Amino acid sequence: MPMSAHEIEQAITTALPGADVTMTDLAGDNDHWAARVVAPQFAGKTRVQQHKMVYEALGGRMGGVLHALQLTTSAPTS
Amino acid sequence: MSDTNARIASIVNGNDVVLFMKGTPLFPQCGFSNLAVSILDHCGVAYESVDVLQDMEIRQGIKAYSDWPTIPQLYVKGEFIGGSDIMKEMVEAGELQQLLIDKEVARA
Repeated sequence: MPMSAHEIEQAITTALPGADVTMTDLAGDNDHWAARVVAPQFAGKTRVQQHKMVYEALGGRMGGVLHALQLTTSAPTS
Repeated sequence: MSDTNARIASIVNGNDVVLFMKGTPLFPQCGFSNLAVSILDHCGVAYESVDVLQDMEIRQGIKAYSDWPTIPQLYVKGEFIGGSDIMKEMVEAGELQQLLIDKEVARA
């Protein structure tokens, strides 16, 4: 079972409270998602660290059931 | 260190730029690997590629090596740079090109 956009979004915001998550269905098949995550917790982190924080939030599903999640991360600009 | 880890370390440290990918630069087997190849070609840099589909040990081992769950993975001078999403963000910002210059990587 692929994860729904809502499940992905919820997993991210649970782990990173205050995160703003925008989901885009890339292929119109409910399976290939792009997620744009803007989170205050990303401040001062490298891109690799930011992506790892999201992967952690997804609890090991990245690379498994979530093969095709395109991820963009940034800290909020003040 | 396991044998696989040692093998990966020797590949990563033995080449200036290494892309672990699914398929080959001529015939990428996945959209993300295809994107990574396009980006490196765009940067005009010489790189070594490893097809993880041909080696199950490396396919699994590379995920543990950098604690990164997906493929492709880019390494420059032994350092893990990121997957295709990060490569795309970096190339759009001009950061990847700068990194390759700063690390004095050979042109293709």
